[in-house]
Amino acid sequence: MFRRLIAIAAGFVLAIVACWAYFAWVDRTTPMDPSIVRAGAQDFAEIERGRYLTAAADCAACHNGPGTSPLAGGRPVETPFGDILAPNITPDRETGIGAWSDADFDGAVRLGRRRDGGLLYPAMPFPYYAKMSRDDVHSIRAYLNTVAPARNKVAPNQLPFPFSIRASMHVWDALYFAPGAFEPEGAKSAAWNRGAYLVEGPGHCGACHTPKTFLGGDETSEALQGYAIQGWFAPDITNDEGRGLGGWSLEGIVSYLKTGHNRFAAATGPMAEEVALSSSRLTDADLNAIATYLKSQPGRTEAVATLSSADPAMIAGGAIYRDTCSGCHAGDGKGVPNLFPALADSSAVRSDDPASLIRVILRGARSVATPAEPTAPGMPAFGWQLNDEQLAAVVTYIRNSWGSSAPAVSPDDVRKTRAALAWRSD
Amino acid sequence: MTRKLPRKDVVIIGLGWTGSIMANELTDEGLDVVAIERGPWRDAAIDFPPNYDQDELRYRIRHELFLRPDQTTFTFRNNMSQTALPIRTWGAFMPPNGVGGGGVHWNAETWRFLPSDFVLKTHLTERYGAGFLPPDMTIQDWGVTYDEIEPYYDRFEYLCGTSGLAGNLNGQIQAGGNPFEGPRSRPYPNPPQAQPFSHTLFAKAARELGYKPFPQPSGNMSQAYKNPLGVRLGPCTYCGFCEWFGCGNNSKASPQTTILPVLVRKSNFLARDNCEVTRINTDRSGKRATGVTFVDTSGEEWEQPADLVILSAYTVFNVQLLLLSGIGKPYDPIANEGVIGRNFTHQTISDVTGFFDKAKFNFNPFIASGAIGMCIDEFNGDNFDHGPHGFVGGGYMGQVQTNGRPIETTPVPAGTPRWGAAWKSAVRDNYLSTVKPGTGVHGSFYSYRDIYLDLDPSYKDRLGRPLMRMTIDFHENELKQNAFLTDRFDEIIKAMGARETLKEYRKGPYDITKYQTTHLCGGAVMGAEPSVSAINRYLQSWDVSNLFVMGASAFPQNAGYNPTGTLAALAYWSADAIRTQYLRNPGPLVHV
Amino acid sequence: MHFGRRELLLSTALFIGRGVAARAGVIAGQLPWRPGAGAPPEPVLPGSWVFFTDAEGAAIEALAERIIPPDSDTPGGKEAGSAIFIDRQLAGPYGRQEGLYVRPPFLKGVKEQGPQDEAGPAQQYRAGLAALDRYCRASYGGKAFAELADADKDAILAGLESASVKLDGADGKTFFELTLKDVQQGFFADPIYGGNRDMVAWRMIGYPGARYDYRDWIGRHNERFPLPPVGITGRSDWTPRKAEGSK
Repeated sequence: MFRRLIAIAAGFVLAIVACWAYFAWVDRTTPMDPSIVRAGAQDFAEIERGRYLTAAADCAACHNGPGTSPLAGGRPVETPFGDILAPNITPDRETGIGAWSDADFDGAVRLGRRRDGGLLYPAMPFPYYAKMSRDDVHSIRAYLNTVAPARNKVAPNQLPFPFSIRASMHVWDALYFAPGAFEPEGAKSAAWNRGAYLVEGPGHCGACHTPKTFLGGDETSEALQGYAIQGWFAPDITNDEGRGLGGWSLEGIVSYLKTGHNRFAAATGPMAEEVALSSSRLTDADLNAIATYLKSQPGRTEAVATLSSADPAMIAGGAIYRDTCSGCHAGDGKGVPNLFPALADSSAVRSDDPASLIRVILRGARSVATPAEPTAPGMPAFGWQLNDEQLAAVVTYIRNSWGSSAPAVSPDDVRKTRAALAWRSD
Repeated sequence: MTRKLPRKDVVIIGLGWTGSIMANELTDEGLDVVAIERGPWRDAAIDFPPNYDQDELRYRIRHELFLRPDQTTFTFRNNMSQTALPIRTWGAFMPPNGVGGGGVHWNAETWRFLPSDFVLKTHLTERYGAGFLPPDMTIQDWGVTYDEIEPYYDRFEYLCGTSGLAGNLNGQIQAGGNPFEGPRSRPYPNPPQAQPFSHTLFAKAARELGYKPFPQPSGNMSQAYKNPLGVRLGPCTYCGFCEWFGCGNNSKASPQTTILPVLVRKSNFLARDNCEVTRINTDRSGKRATGVTFVDTSGEEWEQPADLVILSAYTVFNVQLLLLSGIGKPYDPIANEGVIGRNFTHQTISDVTGFFDKAKFNFNPFIASGAIGMCIDEFNGDNFDHGPHGFVGGGYMGQVQTNGRPIETTPVPAGTPRWGAAWKSAVRDNYLSTVKPGTGVHGSFYSYRDIYLDLDPSYKDRLGRPLMRMTIDFHENELKQNAFLTDRFDEIIKAMGARETLKEYRKGPYDITKYQTTHLCGGAVMGAEPSVSAINRYLQSWDVSNLFVMGASAFPQNAGYNPTGTLAALAYWSADAIRTQYLRNPGPLVHV
Repeated sequence: MHFGRRELLLSTALFIGRGVAARAGVIAGQLPWRPGAGAPPEPVLPGSWVFFTDAEGAAIEALAERIIPPDSDTPGGKEAGSAIFIDRQLAGPYGRQEGLYVRPPFLKGVKEQGPQDEAGPAQQYRAGLAALDRYCRASYGGKAFAELADADKDAILAGLESASVKLDGADGKTFFELTLKDVQQGFFADPIYGGNRDMVAWRMIGYPGARYDYRDWIGRHNERFPLPPVGITGRSDWTPRKAEGSK
């Protein structure tokens, strides 16, 4: 890992020296056309629209800070390169964005440019937000102007060198950023296009669910196929039969996004927050559109072999499962709908990377409560009870039972996950 | 130095079943509610998860989920000639502690009382004459009727997903249900639980003897259930770690599994745990409550002002707070005056153990739930003619075996040595083939002049407050009732094919070391007359009209059933009165 | 970790101007949770006595072995670990009678009023074992309880039980009842507490232990449950067996 960082650092320094002159004078901003007449900032309809889009874009997930009022910033956002503090986006003139013009705001959201001309790190998912139209962003601005201004000075960001050189973002942007709003595909349905817009734009699902290159840009050839982030594995959300949403119906996806629960899954961790702050507030039509789009993303073709039930890990895992997991998840792995996830047929269980699975078993979890599904059942922690060998066995067992196939999990995988989680407080 | 908190509309003392019901109802009405609970917040995934809930030593023997006597306890004596001594370790009953109260550790046996139970004095006097009743028996009518609270029983049962089979639907007797129950307006929300082997054998034997057995109404889910608040419960898995334990998989009805997830999300609700209310404060007139004083874990005192006070702290603590707050006239048993502490009751429990041939019978006693059971009600209430028997009251009886936990449930036949090789082999030979219901006979406990609660003159708790003193013993009526019921029960156990039975009658004196359910009732009873009741028919204090007192402390006497269904129904009934009458026009709801 | 807006606002509103930190829990907005929450039991570790002296430990082992003698199928109380169970329990909250009401005055009442001793189990065992030792040495030619023949041990136990054997410095019957209860509880409790080693007691009676799901068995009447017992920390089958010939 450290060697990797040195290599990256060296690459950055070279790139900066080489490209500084070239990029410094390329004008990449598209100025706001002042001749277009827009609705007044006080317009009710615009503000409502902005509120909805702010929920869809889930600004709150990063910009709600600890111990302050909404959107006042200060929360550390984890990136592979270090923590970035999300700024205050309330209309406070000194510590928020109250003094920004609409053009400044649009530049930040859709172009990744700060008001002072510096470049934003892609912790702010501007490559995705760029797909939004100018009107959408203007509506968001109109709504944000109505949020209570909060005085909260957020320290400017300090990533470790060399990532602290913001100009290095010129390189990154050249590689990974293509400005421009979403263009609908005429051959596809209205629902598909709306879903594509929401997923690729404000929803920025790929920010967590798409694998990244070593520079932190999207691996576009593997879009939405899953990514390890913040100690979780955000699973594959393509229509992959084994690992993705192949076994989910449209209604199931809508139910999960809206209520946090469906037959297979209970949103927990970062997704619990996403449901609570964002997708539970979208209309059923929009959720249906998202589901339509996701189900249209093809899965991978390579099959995964099922581990033999005679494997010692399967036998031990089966014993553990029967003795201690079946009380909630049932002997046939079907759980209880909307209460205890069905492990049988669960794509999360079959993810390539079992990090989320191991994490939930080690530390327990609380699923999200929404108005439609308020129960918020909890999973107890098993980390004290199962050692690495046993936990690996039971995870291997559930990944290869009831018709499922997924790579086995080794005691070493568990050991590493345990160590990686030890310092986490979330 | 007591610090004052911002005023709330409602303060609720104790966040158990009735506290949770009232909190949910009153927040729905738009009121700003704070609930103050002496014990800790409790939650299945954290406090009794299904990977260490199965710990008999910790939960059943060391009483982890219950009140620690060191926090507060009671003193006990059989009669006024004795000095009451502290209950240094629990035995006869297990007071709850913590959010969810008794609803966390209960069996979930969810009964309704009989219609005649609510008008007991009138009914028995009419049928048998006043002279039939012992002269010192102080039973009373409740001031409400079964018909009035039937819709609220229904509400609680649907909140809980109670699993059962209706016996009387709007007056029509239904086969397979309890033919003696009061009429219910609709079936139970869930079908009855599946029954283990010994329970079905009991039912068969009972039927052959001419009785009408039925499944015990159970708050353990027979299937997954979503209640009217949108909260989901899972199916009971018959783990056998039910009563005394929390439920690890959301399948036992409790405030946690039915109300709290919805309640905590409301912006007008706040709960404080680990805070003990020490006093209900009243204004100078003594007729109006101004709020409560409570102590936190640092010993700091706080005052919570409120317009409406709900006292839902469990029977004995309700009475204690009323006495310590100077609300209502304390009961004096000698002068026979006063009401606070009067008509205190418990339950009359006994058991019959049946030993069967292990070659022919394998009961797997460890496959069970807290409220599993096949019961008969022929001998409850006034369901039979008491004339020839010389006692009143009765109870349900049944094979209600809830566990095969080995520390508690390794029965051996009478005469077996208590240790040594003979003991060991008797344990081994009888474990799988013995019927041991535990509370097989569940009888009523009527009220008497000399059974009461007051403040102990000498012992104090950690805060320096006097402990509650219980003066309680069995009267002839209850012992006769129990002997009769136990003999009938024994007949059924024998008819099941037991090779021998062991009858354990309930005998006096009342023994504080022998567990007899935690169904302590009375002490702040409801009624139509202020001279013999502390609260009116809406559970409103006669003395302080913005104080309502919930729980089994309201029962003028205890019937032959578990009390939770009835106290929960009364809470809903009271909440309704508060919402539709009191809030519009605060003041006494009943004028005498 | 995830701050609901409501929770933020409420917690701020409560404590504005108070300048105090929360002194007890306040629950509002959502059900409390934190990772790894819970209080799992701590298994007893084998090793030397924590509470007992060696002589006391030997005496308790001998008592346990007579209260629950070994037979051809099942070990006795000593091998099952009842003495270890008692030792660890006495070293902990049980021995200290933590949580019980231990305020004076300590008066003698009727037996229905329950125990009224100031001394908790730890003191009662100390005093009881010392008194038993004195009795044995005085009555059996200087021998400790553990050194007596089984018949003599049984006679003493029976005598304590019937109160015909009187000890000096402790009440023999009370000591007997306490020891009987703890030996048998240790025999049947989960093995994490030191007794019921390898779940021998549970195997003896056919109790499957810490299982939680019998849905597929509730309808199987009069059939023997076939699975072996499992404790809170599992059973040997939970650990994958090494394949033949592999390391």
